Amino acid sequence: MSGTLSTVAPFGPAAHLSCRECGHTTELGPKFACEECFGPLEISYDFGTVTREQIEAGPASIWRYAPLLPVPADVATRPTTNPGWTRLVRAQHLGRELGLANLHVKDDSGNPTHSFKDRVVAIAVQAAHAFGYTTLSCSSTGNLAGAVGAAAARAGLDSCVFIPSDLEKEKIVVASVYGGRLIAIDGTYDEVNRFCSELIGDELGEKWGFVNVNLRPYYAEGSKTLAYEIAEQLGWRLPEQIVVPVASGSQLTKIDKGFRELVKLGLVQDTPYKVIGAQGSGCAPVSQAYKDGIDVIRPVKQPDTIAKSLAIGNPADGPYVLDIARRSGGTVEDVTDEEIRAGVKLLARTEGIFAETAGGVTVGVLKKLADAGRLDPDALTVVINSGDGLKTLDAVSDCGPTAVIKPSLDAFRATL
Amino acid sequence: MSITVRIPTILRTYTDGKAEVSVAGGTLAEVIDQLEADHTGIRARVLDDDGKLRRFVNVYVNDDDVRFAEGLGTAVPENGNVSIIPAVAGG
Repeated sequence: MSGTLSTVAPFGPAAHLSCRECGHTTELGPKFACEECFGPLEISYDFGTVTREQIEAGPASIWRYAPLLPVPADVATRPTTNPGWTRLVRAQHLGRELGLANLHVKDDSGNPTHSFKDRVVAIAVQAAHAFGYTTLSCSSTGNLAGAVGAAAARAGLDSCVFIPSDLEKEKIVVASVYGGRLIAIDGTYDEVNRFCSELIGDELGEKWGFVNVNLRPYYAEGSKTLAYEIAEQLGWRLPEQIVVPVASGSQLTKIDKGFRELVKLGLVQDTPYKVIGAQGSGCAPVSQAYKDGIDVIRPVKQPDTIAKSLAIGNPADGPYVLDIARRSGGTVEDVTDEEIRAGVKLLARTEGIFAETAGGVTVGVLKKLADAGRLDPDALTVVINSGDGLKTLDAVSDCGPTAVIKPSLDAFRATL
Repeated sequence: MSITVRIPTILRTYTDGKAEVSVAGGTLAEVIDQLEADHTGIRARVLDDDGKLRRFVNVYVNDDDVRFAEGLGTAVPENGNVSIIPAVAGG
């Protein structure tokens, strides 16, 4: 009925924003940094009763967890990309090669634009609607730009996204095909990110929803759904070891938040889990700080890794990754470009999953730690693949025909 | 009065809503002292109780992150510019 105002609470169970650093609280709004200390604002909730049965009766998307997210209760009826509920693969072959008896791969390449970013953007879109924004924007290492383009198209919003100009061709195409504006900036991701932070304070960027800047508290909550899904798909239990890619560190931080919430709500038992962060060696500021035993993250000025989706030299949530890895008894480790390529091929060969380079990083770190005896071989272990190998084809450009032959049996026999 | 300082939205309550203010040159520490003199309260937002840059504040002098330079001791040249930006963006 036209003219009827929705009476659905736009942010569902979300109560307010609170600073992760100093605890200062403020009302829900398009804010991302604490006005007291610049720390990251995150969402606090007043959860009602949420049951396993209620969740299990929900849609096969992240919206089954709507009662745990800052979204309206009727979100599943709105035009979104319906991301999530991706497969959790029991990885017996990979586990056998690595000596891990109980290994699973959470394969987020199955999302609508083929990366985990669809989860976070879907939440940010709801916040954009609530704040009356009509243009969706972001700084992106590639996957996010595509996810924003697609989500904006579905939601009927304009989009204008910013990327470093040297990204993989596949990601540039995905970022532009949905019809929004794509601006390539001659610089690193951190320079693009800084540009967006300045744009947001300028009248040019007024009324824009930058998913990972002024909508970041909402956006970031989308990564909790990885934790919820993993726990539910394991039969409502927490893994004992989990390997997570680290770019800004937001995904890892929110997976931990998701696990803690499930415990608090009584949906899983409070069993210990180790969180392991994974980076590419060519951009490993968090891994380096972890190894050095320090709390201060020294930014990387010129990242140089084939895992471009993780190439954030100045990671916003890096300090919290260190906290969580240390608190949980996990670690943060990094792997070289060669180990990343080998990780992509290992996962493809053993499990039929073609990961992008970020998945090569997590599998590479899993292998590195397993080979060094730094993992519990019998523990329930999950490794995350955050994106699709079809977006980083250059990384495995040595793949191709085993042989090129004439269409004759003799020619084929000669290749055997 | 030859250095331009870009003020992020969350600090504009101290600058009467202005996105840019001008101060005289010196080191970054001196620039912040002058900001405080003109806009009381702003220093405590940018520096912690020990007088160090807060860990979620990025400061750029002529587009270079001061963490790659001399931190608060970084020289700000005449006609240069300083940007103060919340670090919790991106990813």
